[in-house]
Amino acid sequence: MNWLPPDGALHGIALDNLLRWNLAILFWLFVAAHVLIVAALLLRRPRNSPSSVAAPTKTETLRPLLILEFLTLAAVSALYIAMDVTGHQLWAASREQPSAFQPVEVEITGVQFQWYFRYPGPDGVYGATRPTLVSAPTGNPLGLDPTDPHSADDIVSSILILPAGEPIDITLQSQDVIHGFFVPGMRLKQDAIPGMPGHLQFTPATAGDYSILCSQVCGLGHYRMQARLRIVSPDQYKSWLADRERAVLKAAR
Amino acid sequence: MTRRLFTTNPRALALNYLFLALLAVITGTLLSLLMRIHRTWPNLAIPPHGVIRPEDYLALVTMHGTLMIFFVLTVVPQSAFPNLVLPAQIGAEGMAFSRLNAAAFWITAVSLLVLLAAFFVPEGAPISGWTNYPPLSALSAAGPGQTTGMDLWLVAITLFCLASVLSSANFLVTILNNRAPGMTFARLPLTVWSWLVSSGLTVIAFTALFVAASLLLADRHFGTSFFLPSGIVVNGIPARSGTGTPMLWLHLFWFFGHPEVYITILPGMGLASSILANFTRRPVPAYRLMVIATLLIGVLGLGVWGHHMFVSGMNPYAGTAFGLTTIAISVPSSAEVLTWLVMLFRGRLHPTTPMLFILGFLSFFIAGGLTGPILAQPALDAYLHNTFFVVAHFHLVMAMAGVFSIFAGIYYWYPLLTGRRMNELLGKIHFWISLIAAYGAFFPMHFAGLAGEPRHYSQLNGPVESFTRLIPVERGITWSAFLLAAVQLVFLFNVFWSARRGVAESGTNPWRATTLEWSPIAHPIIGNSPYEYAPAPAPGDNFLPQWEPEKPF
Amino acid sequence: MPATFTRHTVETERKDPGFGGKPPLDRRPTGGGGGDENWDSHHSRRHGPREQLIRYRMAVFSILAADLVFFAVLVSAFFVRQSATHISPSDGVVSDWHPLAPPPILWINTAILLLSAFTMEIARRQLFHEIDIMEEWLGLGRPAVRRAAPWLIATILLGGAFLAGQWIAWRQLAQQGLFFSSNPNSYFFYLVTGTHAVHLFLGLAALLFALAAMFRFKRVEMRQIAVDSTSWYWHAMGLFWIFLFVLIVFFQ
Repeated sequence: MNWLPPDGALHGIALDNLLRWNLAILFWLFVAAHVLIVAALLLRRPRNSPSSVAAPTKTETLRPLLILEFLTLAAVSALYIAMDVTGHQLWAASREQPSAFQPVEVEITGVQFQWYFRYPGPDGVYGATRPTLVSAPTGNPLGLDPTDPHSADDIVSSILILPAGEPIDITLQSQDVIHGFFVPGMRLKQDAIPGMPGHLQFTPATAGDYSILCSQVCGLGHYRMQARLRIVSPDQYKSWLADRERAVLKAAR
Repeated sequence: MTRRLFTTNPRALALNYLFLALLAVITGTLLSLLMRIHRTWPNLAIPPHGVIRPEDYLALVTMHGTLMIFFVLTVVPQSAFPNLVLPAQIGAEGMAFSRLNAAAFWITAVSLLVLLAAFFVPEGAPISGWTNYPPLSALSAAGPGQTTGMDLWLVAITLFCLASVLSSANFLVTILNNRAPGMTFARLPLTVWSWLVSSGLTVIAFTALFVAASLLLADRHFGTSFFLPSGIVVNGIPARSGTGTPMLWLHLFWFFGHPEVYITILPGMGLASSILANFTRRPVPAYRLMVIATLLIGVLGLGVWGHHMFVSGMNPYAGTAFGLTTIAISVPSSAEVLTWLVMLFRGRLHPTTPMLFILGFLSFFIAGGLTGPILAQPALDAYLHNTFFVVAHFHLVMAMAGVFSIFAGIYYWYPLLTGRRMNELLGKIHFWISLIAAYGAFFPMHFAGLAGEPRHYSQLNGPVESFTRLIPVERGITWSAFLLAAVQLVFLFNVFWSARRGVAESGTNPWRATTLEWSPIAHPIIGNSPYEYAPAPAPGDNFLPQWEPEKPF
Repeated sequence: MPATFTRHTVETERKDPGFGGKPPLDRRPTGGGGGDENWDSHHSRRHGPREQLIRYRMAVFSILAADLVFFAVLVSAFFVRQSATHISPSDGVVSDWHPLAPPPILWINTAILLLSAFTMEIARRQLFHEIDIMEEWLGLGRPAVRRAAPWLIATILLGGAFLAGQWIAWRQLAQQGLFFSSNPNSYFFYLVTGTHAVHLFLGLAALLFALAAMFRFKRVEMRQIAVDSTSWYWHAMGLFWIFLFVLIVFFQ
């Protein structure tokens, strides 16, 4: 089944497998049900000859069919419960876990119609932002407050570069309306809701370029609110980060 | 003329509702065809308007969803059909509150006009989808169509909620109080049981939407901020500070939105049971089970709304809980489907047009319903949410199953209104082509969704990712959609032609049914259960209608 | 619910025009339909007085159910807002919910409303008092109405007093400088009490209508229905107020 884009995240393999077996089972159930419907349509037509045979009593054909129905109901219910349990295991593994130890932190902000990515810099703290300071034309799309010492080393980027194999902690927020942060290749999705910063954690596995899309209608430019996620080796990530930090600190002086 | 205009006769009101829904479905279908044209041939100029622009596209999507869900899928099964047959099916002389019932129709009609007016205001119709999440729907600056168009949408929906609650209160009282002597709850047809549950759901769910829409209107015009947090900056300009959260809207809207889809589908499920019994000439085998399943779907349906919000950033444990309740609701739904499948193998299957449409209903309900358990798992929904996979799911189960149950009802009850039957050949053409075209239109959307294609994209080629590789799929969907729309003309022709030229029925019970709407006598006393087909071993086709006295066998 | 309930049988004389069926006594009926083999199919049975009363009661209950959802949604918005916090760079997690001291007059208003529920219920029961209803049904004056009317008027006056007291409470808050949009707590206070006051105002109008109906309606069962329906609405508004009052006083 090659409709799914290639998976680049650690949890993606389990998710893809789960999706595949779910779809397979449900597809065959769909086929089985339709075989029954078509069979009934073809085989249970009214006989043209006037019936001189008495109509069967209620219980002749009914009891075995009802037993079959209840057994099938029990079976599909067990199937649904199994689906819920396996699905929950996957969900709990990524969401109901304590945060990883010292993840790579990045803050993602959705704005009509762009994604901005902010790295906290060597001090590890995101600088304060003020709505009144937001000004994309002058290079301050997030409204970084220059008076806050933590802002000086923040790196704001319009491409998201992350190291492979390390846990990432994303702080997700929005500046205006609800956006949806969606990376199909990383099997990641969460809404960015203004006023309610959210957290998302994952571990990228495979290096490469992945598309970031917006999955919650946010206005006219919703279809073009896209960005690039680039997964690189940890060394490449460190050197890129160091380059950007030097540039930021030089610009601050 | 004024008597006809201000009638309180439920059958006349049912016709009124049907015409209103016809207007809505024609408009909604045209909107969807424009959407398909734009997706497949984006540069095609459509006279006299010209090329469809991105803001047009989102407005089309929003209005298509609103018109279809409210004015077609809620109005016909939950307002038109009960007015048509509910009093008769319980042996009542009329509705409990016939003037209230009539008022509900007129409020619905006004609501439709207010909604359609959104197309004609300067900035056009809203662009935030039928779900209208704030802040996009709360801030006029966030997009075109979010000024007057959005207000008109909110006013229209508020009126619709009021009408729905009044009409459902009427149905509840009618069912509980106006039953004929002998019509105990155990003898109610399954359609009446489904209207009992869907009316109860309407009273609860539509009130919640009424409040939510009112709060949004207050945020837009009265300086409140139920849904608006502080710190919003639109286009570089800070919006007024607020103390609310958009999550409140999501909870309120989906608390309405999920029961709404059960309100939409439950009457069709009841009708499916009745029609299957009628045309296999056998009773519903597990009547009590079907009643319990209907009640369970209604009650559980109030507890699953969070499955629309798995990726909203709400507490993951809430996600787990809603995933559990959603999986739970698949059990009574499966019970109903399995009972219908059992019914196919009892007795002989008479393939009349209403029966065929119920078979189609069954097919679509299974097709759409089976992807439910996938979407019910938060981990999987985290990938599939707001992709075309979801669009496939709800179109198969709501648009096609729901619409096929509406067709079945119209073909079935047509003799009740006109004394004639609709043409069977045209009906069969309508059925087969609609079935194939609908699968052609909606099944491929599953694959587009698996490929990651999001909803509400007005163009497929973006700066980073381009879904233009899916254009062949889109093209196939568009041709199927056109075929599906075109064959409905056959149906419309059939409806209007058969009123004059259809096969006239001599008796009042052309389908040899057992339920009371076909009764030739008024004020019967009820002694039989609703689906006494082949009640005893006897030659030929024997059945015991509910209006006849109970015969000892 | 039945006011007085005499166990002796009363002759049910059929009065000629328009009164077909039994008089509207609060007697144990055989139900509105279904289950009793002894019914004949007389039409008026389903429009009998008790059946009509039940129909109107069910309608009122359905609408009240919707209204309950209405208030429940407002209350849920209240709780969501109360727990909302934001992160201030200097202070960390900050809540901007400033508890609001409810004006003491609210306690008096609550007492008034509870009292009005009592007077309303007494009025309602007077209108179901069996002997008086029998006399009214026979056309011998309106003793039930005469007994109920003072209690109904008392309810109206108490309801008016409640609304006046709410108005005073709002004025007191305004004098403290707390208006609708001053802070989130104040506007929820105004929103919730204001919505309730609007409902109560409508209830007051319904009470006035019921009072007029008691004297104007010709059929005794319609008089009963008018007062009965209004009284259930009034009781619901009292009950909703108790919830809202507890919310305002204890859940800030």
